[in-house]
Amino acid sequence: MSWEWDVIIEHFPRLLQGAILTLELVLFSGFAGLMLAVPLALMRVSSKPWIQALPFAYIFFFRGTPLLIQIFLVYYGSSQFEFIKNSALWPILREPYWCAIITFALHTAAYIAELLRGAIQSIPKGEIEAAKALGMSYPMMLRRIILPRAFGIMMPAYGNEVILMLKGSALASTITLLDLTGMARTIIARTYTPLEIFLAAGVIYLIISALLILLFRFLEKRFNRHQHWPNEKPKDLDPQHIEN
Amino acid sequence: MDLQGFGHLLISGAWITIQLAVCSLFVGLLFGIIGASAKLSSSKIANTLGNGYTLFVRGMPELLLVLTIYFGSSAVLMAIASLFGYDEYIELSPFVAGVTALSIAFGAYATEVFRSAMMEIPKGQREAAVALGMTRFQTFRRIVLPQVWRLALPGLGNLFLVLLKDTALVSVIGLNELMRQTAVAVGNTKEPFTFYFAAAMVYLLMTSISMAGLYLLERRANRGYQGARA
Repeated sequence: MSWEWDVIIEHFPRLLQGAILTLELVLFSGFAGLMLAVPLALMRVSSKPWIQALPFAYIFFFRGTPLLIQIFLVYYGSSQFEFIKNSALWPILREPYWCAIITFALHTAAYIAELLRGAIQSIPKGEIEAAKALGMSYPMMLRRIILPRAFGIMMPAYGNEVILMLKGSALASTITLLDLTGMARTIIARTYTPLEIFLAAGVIYLIISALLILLFRFLEKRFNRHQHWPNEKPKDLDPQHIEN
Repeated sequence: MDLQGFGHLLISGAWITIQLAVCSLFVGLLFGIIGASAKLSSSKIANTLGNGYTLFVRGMPELLLVLTIYFGSSAVLMAIASLFGYDEYIELSPFVAGVTALSIAFGAYATEVFRSAMMEIPKGQREAAVALGMTRFQTFRRIVLPQVWRLALPGLGNLFLVLLKDTALVSVIGLNELMRQTAVAVGNTKEPFTFYFAAAMVYLLMTSISMAGLYLLERRANRGYQGARA
């Protein structure tokens, strides 16, 4: 067995090019997924069973089936129906790029909604009661209390979910996209050095996830900064400093 | 839903998927226990190996792992075999490569689950076992392992559901499991949505059954604790 560093060095720029597409997919689908997850989670915590049913079925489907089948359902499945082919959506659903983003967003939204539901349910009851006592309306309570608190609570778990999505984004290579994995596969088809290129790609994934972990540590501190406030306590407010 | 006589193909694929998941589960549990023991061991080398294993595998896409093992194993295996004077071509079958990749991935996450479960066991119990003159292996087998099972079960259950869904990735290297058999049916009928949706329902059925099974297992594992803490 021979290990060829040259192959890695020669193809490294192309791997980075793939890594940029991977980041793009994770970023766009992560953002869209988060937007979609908020209404899903809010419906899920509703006390009315008929409102709960839709997000329950959605979450059950997307968490219970493999991502690979979901991406095939969107990419290949949409071409089965004439009415989709004739609709304005077809130029989007024809492109593997948009199919990947749509599928990843739908997929990650189901997982985020579950996290968000748990977070909303674990907000101390007193905080909601206090908001009600102050006469806040539901939208105002949502904007000022529930969502900021829920984001702070779910932030560590959300970081894990983004890393899982980063790993899941490798499936974009199955619908011909040249993301990091797809790029590695095309390079290997030409050079036939699977170990070198796949391991190089693996190291790039590792670096991206390390960067994401750092980013989420920062975000977590920021969202939960009220819990660390003794560190940034202004001096005048400190009762120890009040002089008689 | 009209499957046009391709239903048996999906069923045979589902059977391979189940075999793949169960084999990977057992090998992966073994990897997990070894990994957790390495991480908790007092040996620096074992710590480093354990940490490197979980860091690298958990940061790498499962699909990449499957591809690396299937396409990369030949070179490694042939290099090892040539040390023993065997110079023929060696290739892993997709099933063996799939089980290897999935159990390595499962094992990395299971390592963390087992590690935290092992740390939950009160130190006094281990000390008591040592005081009774048990060897380290006896302590592990008689005291630690039976309790770890109960503590690790919820985490392992989630990992099994992830594993079950990850079996679909092995279709990429040509194993005739559910996903690939579905692709064959799609190729013949040109009805991708119908068949992928049918396959999704089969996966949903498998995950639902696993969830029910896990619930029963958890209830059984906790039977000594029910009511006592109410």
